Amino acid sequence: MGNRVLIAEDLYLLRDGLVHLLQAHGFSVVAAVESGPDLLKGLVELRPDVSVVDVRLPPTFTDEGLQAALEARRRVPGLPILVLSQHVEQLYARELLADGSGAIGYLLKDRVLNAGQFVDAVRRVAEGGTAMDPEVIAKLLASNARREPLAALTPRERQVLEAMAEGRSNAAIAQRLYLSESAVAKHTASIFAKLDLAPSEDDNRRVLAVLAYLNSR
Amino acid sequence: MAALLGMTLVQVGILLFALPAMILTFTLGLVFLYPPAVRLVRGAAEEARSRVGAWSGIRIASPYLPEPAPPQPMADGLYRYERTLYRSPRIPAWNARWKWLSTDPATWRDLLWLVLDPLVKLALLPVLLLTPAKGLRVYGQWCVLLLSATRTSVLRGQLTHLHQSRSIAADSQAAEMRRIERDLHDGTQARLIAIGMTLGAAEELMDADPAAARTLMSKARDASAETLTELRRLIRGIHPPVLAERGLADAVRALAMDTALRVEVQVDLPHRPEPPVEAAVYFAVSELLANAARHGDARSASVDISSDGPSLRITVTDDGLGGADPEGGSGLCGIERRLAAFDGVMAINSPPGGPTTVMMVLPKVLPELWSGSLPRLPRWKAVVVALCWSLAWCPTFPQGLVAAVFKTFEIPEKSWFLALYVPEPFQWPVILLMLALGLGMYATAIAIPAKHNRDRWMAEAPRRLGLG
Repeated sequence: MGNRVLIAEDLYLLRDGLVHLLQAHGFSVVAAVESGPDLLKGLVELRPDVSVVDVRLPPTFTDEGLQAALEARRRVPGLPILVLSQHVEQLYARELLADGSGAIGYLLKDRVLNAGQFVDAVRRVAEGGTAMDPEVIAKLLASNARREPLAALTPRERQVLEAMAEGRSNAAIAQRLYLSESAVAKHTASIFAKLDLAPSEDDNRRVLAVLAYLNSR
Repeated sequence: MAALLGMTLVQVGILLFALPAMILTFTLGLVFLYPPAVRLVRGAAEEARSRVGAWSGIRIASPYLPEPAPPQPMADGLYRYERTLYRSPRIPAWNARWKWLSTDPATWRDLLWLVLDPLVKLALLPVLLLTPAKGLRVYGQWCVLLLSATRTSVLRGQLTHLHQSRSIAADSQAAEMRRIERDLHDGTQARLIAIGMTLGAAEELMDADPAAARTLMSKARDASAETLTELRRLIRGIHPPVLAERGLADAVRALAMDTALRVEVQVDLPHRPEPPVEAAVYFAVSELLANAARHGDARSASVDISSDGPSLRITVTDDGLGGADPEGGSGLCGIERRLAAFDGVMAINSPPGGPTTVMMVLPKVLPELWSGSLPRLPRWKAVVVALCWSLAWCPTFPQGLVAAVFKTFEIPEKSWFLALYVPEPFQWPVILLMLALGLGMYATAIAIPAKHNRDRWMAEAPRRLGLG
């Protein structure tokens, strides 16, 4: 995995903070842009190993960053991008996940406050994994609440499902929920059986399957 | 025919009371006779309006000015009418009523109609007997003449309506502002103070007890995360970010995804409406979906947003228990208030047992011509403009003006001026005709693009003024 990172953020303080934070954790910042057109150009021409992109950027201050990210991934499939926003929408999450190729992240800007977890998420995306904000997952689960198989999960299985949907590996889930890795594996197997999904050893494919399941409504 | 006769008898009866009553009012000051007299005359006129509508299909709307609102006490408990203060509301109310009845032109037009109507009926009697249909139509026209709304009353009605909807809009906006202020004051502001204090304490402890300082710092960070969450919720209530970023269609789709209902969303709008309209529709749909899930126990719903000419039409249907009542739920009242600012109306059909259908219409909120949808100048018009510009000089100058000069000064030269070759009596008319033709061509060449641009400008105006 390379460590060349591109940052797109229009607020100077936050952009600067992100640059310092990522440099401190061993990334090299190849570009820090502040507008939608610059972002798209940078993504396509520089092909950074991972990009951290704000949804709202000049000139229109609408969803410039998101559109640039989607367009860049259309041109360069699987280009790793972590999208940051002041608010999370299932709609945007679906659009980002729609191509099913992984290497995508969608987090609230607040997550930057916890540097360790944030850098962890950036690394995960750079490695082709997924990083979904817990709030997106909570919303996804809430809007799926009335679906039979989900209602049949035990509370523990639900916790595991949430962590898994955020894109965490078995080891990370085990650490977070104070379980052994084999216990987590048992829970995931049970979840996949209840949701009628084909089991998979590959972390990334597993996450995408779960997210696709939650999105298929 | 019998009905017409009966109507006339009643009218004459009313007239026999009303006319003397009015005369006594204004001669002897027996003002107490006035309101019942006007009431009776209005009754007769209203009756005639509905009868004429039934007989001849000519609709006559009531022209009366809206009734004055009951007097409101001022801060000191007194009631004011013009420049006088009263202890009880009775006199101001009577004054307002008197003014309302006597200044309404419809009162006097009604009376005039009542006096003349029997005579008109008598004059129309032969027509009514021979061809009743035609006679009734003529009679309807006569009634329209005096019983229909005057321009003043139509305008005043609209004015009252505007006043009402404006004050509703202003009230709800003020309430909204108060809510936001309270949320910011009690929530965000207080939390920021707490964070600042925690950080201050951590700073003091930094040297003496680094471990405790660290605990405080992480507490401050947690508090700032909570503050952000709260601010996000607040912003969503003011103006959802997704609405600003994506517009109504995607905002409603995002809304649909966030509810536990299965919601089908259909949006068929060629362009985005103005932001205030979008916000009103968004919050209305949001409230209706929340109601369906909360009270109606619905499992699925559908939202349909489409344009009907310049009107915006929104239909929200759910398969819940039904029984939604606009009087009971304050949520539905809130929607009505929001829509009222745009003259919007809401119709609810919610039989017990469901399904519930809510239809909302916002008239004339979309531009008549969508910006960009207006075609370029059609080819034939462009050709006409080009021809006019290229040929108009010929009739105007040589054939018109120069020929006129030659004719005036009787210069014998005829050159190629057509007018000078025709017989003497037709020479001036031909010159004037040429002038008119030339100027007409210039006018056409200017008018066609100007009108086109004006339509286009009107369609784009809201966008250009920063509203679109």
